[in-house]
Amino acid sequence: MIRFENVTKVYPRSTRPALDAVDVDIDRGEFVFVVGPSGSGKSTMLRLALREEAATEGVVLVAGHDLRKLSTRQVPRLRREMGAVFQDFRLLPNKTVHENVAYALQVIGKPRHAIRQLVPETLEMVGLAGKEKRFPHQLSGGEQQRVAIARAVVNRPQILLCDEPTGNLDQAISLDIVRLLDRINRTGTTIVMATHDHDIVNALRKRVLQLADGHVVRDEREGNYHPTGELPVVTTDGEA
Amino acid sequence: MQARFLASEVGSGLRRNVSMAVSVVLVTMVAMFLLGLGLLAQRQADTMKGYWYDRIQVSIYLCNANALAPNCEGKAATDAQRTALQDQLEALPEVKQVFYESEQQAFQRFKEQFRNSPIAGNVQEGDLPPSLRVQLDDPTKFRNVTTQFEDAPGVATVQDQEKVLSKFFTIINWVTVFAVFLAALMAACAALLMATTIRQAAFIRRREIGIMRLVGASNWTIRAPFISEMVIVSAVGVLLAVGLLIGLTQYVFTEGASQIALSQAFIGVSDVWLLAPWMLGGVVLIAVGTSVVTLRRYLRV
Repeated sequence: MIRFENVTKVYPRSTRPALDAVDVDIDRGEFVFVVGPSGSGKSTMLRLALREEAATEGVVLVAGHDLRKLSTRQVPRLRREMGAVFQDFRLLPNKTVHENVAYALQVIGKPRHAIRQLVPETLEMVGLAGKEKRFPHQLSGGEQQRVAIARAVVNRPQILLCDEPTGNLDQAISLDIVRLLDRINRTGTTIVMATHDHDIVNALRKRVLQLADGHVVRDEREGNYHPTGELPVVTTDGEA
Repeated sequence: MQARFLASEVGSGLRRNVSMAVSVVLVTMVAMFLLGLGLLAQRQADTMKGYWYDRIQVSIYLCNANALAPNCEGKAATDAQRTALQDQLEALPEVKQVFYESEQQAFQRFKEQFRNSPIAGNVQEGDLPPSLRVQLDDPTKFRNVTTQFEDAPGVATVQDQEKVLSKFFTIINWVTVFAVFLAALMAACAALLMATTIRQAAFIRRREIGIMRLVGASNWTIRAPFISEMVIVSAVGVLLAVGLLIGLTQYVFTEGASQIALSQAFIGVSDVWLLAPWMLGGVVLIAVGTSVVTLRRYLRV
């Protein structure tokens, strides 16, 4: 579903590559955690998959598209096959929960009857039934992230990319959010989630890709946040 | 994208940026008013040319008892002199028609033409000389006629109306050049203001644009609300300008000027209607072009 072949990404005005000759293969329906310290290349990986950035070298394949060969006009079609969730939710403050989710369908030209059906269904699925008319500022952080997830999956994408979706949430809420993502994964959606959160990674025991300085240093099925057999070293900023 | 959704986006966009929208309306209005003024002045010149060339005459004023011209030697032209002149004129190939206007007829015509003017009362019969009015086949060949008859016996002066008109047309040409120049400057201002407005609107809506790009909205979907807003706002400016031009032609030309002279010689409201679609089309092109160019930066994927 997502394949990186020898992918290198060097940002302009930067000497060190953000990703350095990375090879990764993620199958349809997988749930993958991408872990590693800040600056290790987690976000770059997601941005390359979303085609927000182009790889400097190597091949990125997403849902059957070779992103090198994708013209600017074809990028929207690629993005309709994927959803994305971020740490900062990115909701529209002047729109209600329902309007925020419906917006993602309106701007890709979905007919109104489809929107009327899909939006309540999706809100129900993420556990926000009854809160359709609230505005984002009337919701808790966890609820806001549920709205963002609903918006990301309302068009039934094949892939859901999550860039630190729990970074602004406390432990209990974070676990709820990841359980929701796990449920979405069980419907067949491929999920790639970049995270710093040890507890979440350890609780779900999914595939773990560990990045360091732009290299994949570990790729483990049913992995922990830390390499198996290694003792976690807790530093002052909570990162290992 | 559904039309209803587009309409609601455009509505909210305009509400969020009212002052900029109003400024684009006003600048567009002034630009198009000036452009319209320049084009109408040119049309006025054309209308007048057409009108006068139909009627252009060489007037050969004959000596009368009060004539001061040296050629007259203080005597009125005799009937024999007049008939001789008339025969000579009719023999010329350029000449279509010659007719004689007596002192009395000249006075009557003057009274008719200036019936609304106080100067009519100061003129008496005999003040205006009799004349031979010469209608030409080709109004541009007036010089052939004037040179031949200037010194003929019994002729006081030869006057060609083309000379009077050409001065007037020069003035109109300058008015046109000036108005169109100002209009071009204002149109440039309007385009720059539109670009600024769009940039501001895009900044206000940067979250929406970010989300649209993220969920795979096409570039035209992202552009459509901005382009529609600019087209609506500038079209309102054009309509106001057309309204002003109609008011101007209605009150200044049709009602004002026709009291002094003949209404066929002046442009009317219908001329404004002929200009309006071109102005609207031009402004819409500017609005769409400016929007597309300005938005490029926000649409880079």
